[in-house]
Amino acid sequence: MVEPHVASNLVVAVLVAGALFVARAVRKSDLWRGSLRELARRRPLALGVVAIYVLVALLDSVAWTGGGAVGAQGDQLALHEPRSVVDRLFPGDFGERSYSVPLASAEFYGGAALRHPGRHWLGTDILGRDILHLTLKGARIALLIGGFTSLIVIPLALLFGVSAGYFGGRVDDAVFFLISVLASIPGLLLLIVLVMVMGRGAVQVCIALGVTSWVGFCRVARGETLKLRELDYVQAARALGVSELRIILRHVVPNLLHLVVITFVLLFSGLVLSEAILAWLGIGIDGSWGQMIDQARDELSRDPIIWWNLAAASAALFGLILAVNFVGDAVRDVLDPRTLREDR
Amino acid sequence: MTPGSPPPILRVEGLRTWFPIRKGLLQRSAGWVRAVDGVDLSIPAGRTLALVGESGCGKSTVGRSLLRLVEPQAGRVWLDGVDLLALRTQDLRPHRRAIQIVFQDPIASLDPRMRVRDAIAEGMQAFGIGSDEAERTERVRALFERVRLDPDQIWRYPHEFSGGQRQRICIARALAVEPRVLVCDEATSALDVSIQAQILNLLRDLQAELGLAYLFITHDLGVVRYLADRVAVMYVGQIVEEGDTERIFRDPRHPYTRALLAAVPSIDPARRGIAARVGGDVPSPAHPPSGCRFHTRCPEAFERCPREEPLLYPVGDGASRCFLADQAR
Amino acid sequence: MSEPVLSVRDLRTTFPLGGEPVPVVDGVGFEVASGEVLALVGESGCGKSVTALSILRLVPRPGRVAAGHLRLCGRDVLSLPVREMRRVRGADAAMIFQEPMTSLNPVVSVGAQVVEAIRLHERVSASQARRRTIELFESVRIPDPAERVDSYPHQLSGGLKQRVMIAMALALRPRLLVADEPTTALDVTIQAQILELLRELQRELGTAILLITHDLGVVNELADRIAVMYAGRIVEEGTREEILARARHPYTQGLLRAVPSLGRRGERLAEIPGVVPSPIEWSRGCPFRTRCPRVLPACAETMPAPTRLSTTHASRCHAVAAEVST
Repeated sequence: MVEPHVASNLVVAVLVAGALFVARAVRKSDLWRGSLRELARRRPLALGVVAIYVLVALLDSVAWTGGGAVGAQGDQLALHEPRSVVDRLFPGDFGERSYSVPLASAEFYGGAALRHPGRHWLGTDILGRDILHLTLKGARIALLIGGFTSLIVIPLALLFGVSAGYFGGRVDDAVFFLISVLASIPGLLLLIVLVMVMGRGAVQVCIALGVTSWVGFCRVARGETLKLRELDYVQAARALGVSELRIILRHVVPNLLHLVVITFVLLFSGLVLSEAILAWLGIGIDGSWGQMIDQARDELSRDPIIWWNLAAASAALFGLILAVNFVGDAVRDVLDPRTLREDR
Repeated sequence: MTPGSPPPILRVEGLRTWFPIRKGLLQRSAGWVRAVDGVDLSIPAGRTLALVGESGCGKSTVGRSLLRLVEPQAGRVWLDGVDLLALRTQDLRPHRRAIQIVFQDPIASLDPRMRVRDAIAEGMQAFGIGSDEAERTERVRALFERVRLDPDQIWRYPHEFSGGQRQRICIARALAVEPRVLVCDEATSALDVSIQAQILNLLRDLQAELGLAYLFITHDLGVVRYLADRVAVMYVGQIVEEGDTERIFRDPRHPYTRALLAAVPSIDPARRGIAARVGGDVPSPAHPPSGCRFHTRCPEAFERCPREEPLLYPVGDGASRCFLADQAR
Repeated sequence: MSEPVLSVRDLRTTFPLGGEPVPVVDGVGFEVASGEVLALVGESGCGKSVTALSILRLVPRPGRVAAGHLRLCGRDVLSLPVREMRRVRGADAAMIFQEPMTSLNPVVSVGAQVVEAIRLHERVSASQARRRTIELFESVRIPDPAERVDSYPHQLSGGLKQRVMIAMALALRPRLLVADEPTTALDVTIQAQILELLRELQRELGTAILLITHDLGVVNELADRIAVMYAGRIVEEGTREEILARARHPYTQGLLRAVPSLGRRGERLAEIPGVVPSPIEWSRGCPFRTRCPRVLPACAETMPAPTRLSTTHASRCHAVAAEVST
């Protein structure tokens, strides 16, 4: 059984390789290169913010054991725990006993001196963990939710949507029936049931979110395929004797890619927010911002109020969603098929 | 058939293509749009037959039906001794080579994300023409020259070409699989007059060089006179007149043909004042009029016309679907 | 009435292409006298539609009218405030477009749309406007006008929709009708009906028409005078006979020879080789020189000035100018 941190490292390696491959493909195509340039021109700030989140998430995904100092309270076990790059930004034994206000030198309750006074920029939570550390680690979870789930949603939706749109008839009826049934079940209910059946865990939650989110894009893909199918160049390919499968792969799907990109970006924020709701119901992913917010709920009613853990997680969540939405709107404008075609 | 013309390479008998009208929640069939309702055609090898008519007459559907881009309900399409409509879809593919189509809209006819070399080579790949990529590239270059484009541009994208150039690329794509019959579906209607002239000249030259037969579908009668050997006029899904081009223009025997010819404005300043010979609008192919389908607008209709459906009565070397042609015999 | 209904001088309309404002109409000037029909002829990309839109200040952003003088019914159009311009549109000059399918609002009945146009400019009651609409429908020969008033656009054929558009345009009896490819999207028998209608209406109402089209046959049917456009400029102008029978500019001649007409068979259609240059490529000198059979060295240097061939006929060509002076 592969250790989780090794698997995570591998996944990152694969993702980076994939990103380089996509970057090369984009560089070769004038259509996509121009779009990317235009996007960078319109929303440089939002793109930069998203890039920072991605960087933090990546850094938190690369982990290895050993190294670093083990403090006075140190465990022999701690030496063998894999720690990511983000973890290593903080001292090995950074925890306190309980709450402390940001940049404080004393505990919140009782006023005892902290072990690392003034170094907790965002304070500590009920278990004494540094909030900044936890917040940074949450980035990885958020991108996992958005990215991995989209990897499930998009191919699934494409498969069913394109088949329904291209072949029509009974295939279309079957897919339509499936979509309508799924869309009629309250999403939240289905999510809860799925997670309870599959158990809790990052992958299971992502799968559950995926299953409940693919219907929208499936409809869009079906509609667009219906349009593309009637275009002259698809008819010409049929007249030329090209097989149906080749037509779908070479003519239909590539002309749906702009929709894929737009959907991916917009789906992302919806998924992250959905997980926050799941966390509130107690079935979220450990370590996510949603869970941090949920745990912070009770503390709002204390007196004096403990606000810094809630504020940090909310701000991080808000910042990512806002940036992604800005980028998403710009992506939609830039990838409008009318601008992509550049006719005289 | 005029004596002296070569044997037909394409023969169509009784072609019927109807589209169902679906209404309501459960998509029940509520009737049929009779886009093509019993059409017979024949095209001699190496010659051009023009199929003329206004919108809704079904001429584009005829073209697509011949290539089975839409599936006809009935009829036979004989090409090289084989009935294309009787073949199962799997068996159809090798025969697709012999008949190709060029569409009206040069922008929608080419996949914007494919380089034109790949678009032209796609058909070659499907039929196994050319042994490898390099040879196919050579063939594409040769095709570019044949349609009078610069072969060094084969690696570009469609949007880098003008409308007329794109249409040449579509012609090259059709020629790549070495067809015997080319269906031109309003292939020059979307082009400017000066570009249209280039494409029409090209098509004529290609016909002379390669011995292609054309089914030229158009609404432009001027183009018909320039390009076609024979003409068939369609109205609401049926052929109402057909014959040798010169004869039709000189002596049209169907009132609709006469109205069409009279309606075309001339550019001769001495000839002005076309009068619209027919009023009203074209009937919908979902509800064709009873009897002769043209009787609702015909200036020469009489009592027999709404009651009986006229057949195609022989006129000279062609035919006219009008009772007047029947009586004149 | 000596003052022309429309007077255009040195019109320049630009669009930002490749970052810079590029003129798509460059130095266009012409006049339309009261009650006459002037046809603006050219192929796609020559700028004729943009010229028409410029006259009514309807050029879509980011394009703009950069320079020129426009006088419509004696008023300087370019300097009018927007509110005044709205009054001009519809009342002094009206426009009909090519695509009847998209020119009418699909969710409003056709009668209501005409009524709206009337009541925007005149203070009449709803029932009076409705009565006028029915009369207008009669005058454009729409059958059963009293019932048709309540039809929706999708219930009407292309020809009928175009008649509705004409009715709407003529509702306020404008002195100028700008018709942008009014019959291009129609079948030829329907086109003949609409051309007949336009001719009659023009005679009855005395409306001047600026006809924008690429179809020389339509021009022959309707126009009194013709102006030929190429690459944003007018290259030849004259009466109908002068242009159609005695054209002197090489582009006009090429265009006339390229039309396959009903009267000819067998001989090869004369082609104009090459393609129309895009607006970015227009520079100084004559834009037709890359395709002209009579090109001279001077053609690369300066845009030719108009050469007068008669009181009504002028051509902008160095070769023609050279002929005339010898």
